[in-house]
Amino acid sequence: MSNKLPDVEEILEGAVKKHGLAVVPLLQEIQEHFRYLPEEVLRKLSQKTGIPLIEIYHAATFYNSLYLTPRAKHQINICTGTTCHIRGSGKLIEEVFQVLGIGPGETTSDGNFTLETVNCLGCCAVAPAMVVDGKYYGNLTPGDVREILNKIMEKAAVEE
Amino acid sequence: MEATSRLAVPEDLAGLRERLKDRLDEKKPRLVVCGDTGCTVRGSRELAAAIEKILSEQGLSDRVELKVTGCLGFCEKGPLMLVFPGAILYQKVQPSDAGEIVEKTVLKNELVERLLYTDPESGLPVACAYDIPFYKLQNRALLETCWYINPLDIYDYIARGGYAALAKVLGGMTPEAVIAEMKEARLRGRGGAGFATGLKWEFCRSSPGEEKYILCNADEGDPGAFMDRSLLEGNPHAVLEGMIIAAYAVGAKEGVIYIRIEYPTAVLKLEEAVRQARELGLLGKDIFGSGFDFDVIISKGAGAFVCGEETALIRGAEGKVGEPRQKPPFPADVGFRGKPTVINNVETFVNVPLVINQGAALYHSTGTESSGGTKIFCLVGKVKNTGLVEVPFGTTLRQIIFGIGGGIKGGKKFKAVQTGGPSGGCLPEAMLDLKVDFSDLAQAGSIMGSGGMIVMDEDTCVVDVARYFLQFLKSESCGKCFSCRVGIDRLLEILDRIIAGNGSVEDLALLEELAVTVKDTTMCGLGQTSANPVLSTLRYFRDEYLAHVRDKRCPAGVCRSLFRYRIDEDLCAGCGACAEQCPAGAIKETDEGCYRIDHGLCTVCGACAETCALDAITKD
Repeated sequence: MSNKLPDVEEILEGAVKKHGLAVVPLLQEIQEHFRYLPEEVLRKLSQKTGIPLIEIYHAATFYNSLYLTPRAKHQINICTGTTCHIRGSGKLIEEVFQVLGIGPGETTSDGNFTLETVNCLGCCAVAPAMVVDGKYYGNLTPGDVREILNKIMEKAAVEE
Repeated sequence: MEATSRLAVPEDLAGLRERLKDRLDEKKPRLVVCGDTGCTVRGSRELAAAIEKILSEQGLSDRVELKVTGCLGFCEKGPLMLVFPGAILYQKVQPSDAGEIVEKTVLKNELVERLLYTDPESGLPVACAYDIPFYKLQNRALLETCWYINPLDIYDYIARGGYAALAKVLGGMTPEAVIAEMKEARLRGRGGAGFATGLKWEFCRSSPGEEKYILCNADEGDPGAFMDRSLLEGNPHAVLEGMIIAAYAVGAKEGVIYIRIEYPTAVLKLEEAVRQARELGLLGKDIFGSGFDFDVIISKGAGAFVCGEETALIRGAEGKVGEPRQKPPFPADVGFRGKPTVINNVETFVNVPLVINQGAALYHSTGTESSGGTKIFCLVGKVKNTGLVEVPFGTTLRQIIFGIGGGIKGGKKFKAVQTGGPSGGCLPEAMLDLKVDFSDLAQAGSIMGSGGMIVMDEDTCVVDVARYFLQFLKSESCGKCFSCRVGIDRLLEILDRIIAGNGSVEDLALLEELAVTVKDTTMCGLGQTSANPVLSTLRYFRDEYLAHVRDKRCPAGVCRSLFRYRIDEDLCAGCGACAEQCPAGAIKETDEGCYRIDHGLCTVCGACAETCALDAITKD
C-alpha cells in the first residue's frame, strides 16, 4: 500500500479541486480511481476536507453504487426490477450461486467475480436482464447465465 | 455533420432549417436501425455495422442513408428496422439479413416477407409501420421524432423543427405568456404527482429573488419504467429545449439535470447534446440575441430510489445524501442551493416545445379536460406486444393492454396490471375500463405514476408482488422516519410469514391497519405510497391472500413453501432427464421405471419441470 500513498494525495487534491466539498461527487471520483472506497482513503479525505468521517460513511452507505469493499475483476449486475422479478431474476441469482458460490453483495474467494443486484436497468422489454463488465444481456435463462460465466472463466484461464 | 457558426438570432435558425430540409425528404432511401438498449442487447449494433459494410462495398453509401436512432417502440419485436421510403418495418432483424434487405428492398423495392410483422387477426403481413395495430392505435406525438433523428446530431433535430419553439418564445413572448400557455394547455407533470406545470412555474417566478434554478428529474427509479431513458437516449435535445423555455419563463440562469448512474448511455448522449447546443449558442449567453442566458450541468446520481423525490433530488444534485425533508417550504420557494427552483420530469420537459409549437388550444384538444396531451407508458410483463406506448390521457387500460398490447402472451389469462411502480398498486380485470388519468387510477387505489405498466397473468402471485415492492422499499427507504423505517420492516415480516406458510387470517387485518398507519404518518412520498402495493392487492385479491393464510396454498405456484411439483407417473417416460437436472438430488427412480420427487429434499426450484420434454411435471 505504501506505493499508493503519493497517488492518494494527488487523487484527493484533484477531486477537491473539481468538486469542492460535495461529498457524493468526491466519493464517486475516488471510486473511479480505486474501484471502491478504501478506508484509509476515506480517512485521508476527512482529514483533508474537514468533512466528518461519519458524514462520509453516511454517504458511502446510503448509495447503492458506492462500495466499501474491493471489487472483483468481473462485476455481475443482475437486474431485480419488477419485470425482471416476475420473469425470473431470482432464478438467475440462484444460477450464479450454483456456478460461483456467491450471493448478492459477495465476491468469489479467488477475487474474480462480484455479484450485485440492480434496482432496474431500464431494460424491461428484454427482461430478465443483467450487465457483466459493462456489457448488457437480456431475455436470459439460467442456462444463458451459466454459459456467459463459463465463457468468462475460460477466457480468464487461457489468459493465465 | 454541418459546420455552422453560432445562431445569433431566431432568423438564423429558420435559415439553417431551410438549408437542412433535404434531411426530411422521406422519398430518399434511408435505413433506420433502432439503437436503444433493448435492441442493442439483441444485436442491433452488429446489424448496423453489417449494413454499413454492405452499403460501402456496393458503393451505395452516398445514395442510401443509414441512421441509428433511439427507441422505435415495438420492443417485443426487436431488433427493429425501418426502411424509407414507405416506413416499412422489419422485425427481429439479424446482421445476416442485411444483404437481402439492401438487395431486395433498397435496390428493387421488394419486401423481405419473412421479416414483416404479421397481423394476428388477418394472418396477413403488414409492411408499413403506420398500419401495424401496435402503432396505429397510439398517438405518438412525442415519440415519433425518435424514428427520424440521430440523437447525436443536433442538425437532425433542427431539420425536424427542433428549437423552433425556443425561437418563438425568445423572439417575442413574455415569460408570463409562456406560463399562461402551459396553464391553458393543462400540461401536468409526467413524473407521477401530476402537478400543474404552469402553476409550478408561476410560483417559482413570483418567488422573491434573482437567483433561480431549473432541475430536470432524470432519476427514473421506478422499476419497470424506461420512458425517460428512451427519451434521453432518443431525443436529448427536446429535453434541453424544454428546460431552456422553462428557465426563461421563471427567470433562471442555471439548470441541473440529475440523472441516475444506472443510465450510462443516456449520460453520454446528454453530454454530447449539451456540447452541441452550446456550440450553436442555444445554451450559454444571450441566446438568440434575446439577452437571456442559461446553461446546464449534468449531475449523476449514485444509486438511490428516494432521490427521485423532489426534496431528496435537490440534496442529491447538491452532492449530498439524498434524504427528503418537510414540505413546505416547497422547492418553488426554497430549492436548489436554498433558492426558488422548478423541478420537472424529463417527459414533462419534452412536452413543453410541443405546447409552444402547437399552441395551448390544439395541444389540449388531445387528452382530457384536466390533463392535456399524451402519456408515454412502458408496457411490459406478460403482454404480447411489449414496448414504449404513447396514448392520449383518457385512453382505457383495456385499450392499452388488449388493443395496443395485443393481450396476454402464451394463451394465459390476464390477472392484474401494476401501475405506478412501488408507489402504485395492482388492478384486476374488473378495473380494465378505467381511463389513464391522474384522478381515475388514484381513486381505484393505484396511481398512474411515471408510466410503468406491468401486465401480470395467472402465473404471477400478487402476494409475492406485494412482498417484492416492500423489500424494494425497505432497502430504498432513507431511514429517517420511524414509521417508514420500522413500519415497512414489520409489513415485510408479516408478508414473509404468510409466504412461508405461517400466516393467519388475523394477519390480513393487521397488514391493513399497519399499512394505513405507515401511509398516514410518514413524511415523504416514498413512505406515504409504500402502502399502496399491499392495500391494493388486499382490496382486489383477498381470495389469493386467504388461500395463502387459510389453505396454505399459493394458487399461482410461486411461493415455494406453498406448492409442490408433481410428476404425473402416467405421462412419465422414465428418461431420467429431470433427475439429472435436479440440484438437490430429490428425484429418484421408482420400481415401476418412472420418476418421483422426494418432497423432503426438493427445493421447488422448477428445473425438473423446465427440463421435462413431455410436460409430465406440473405444479400442484
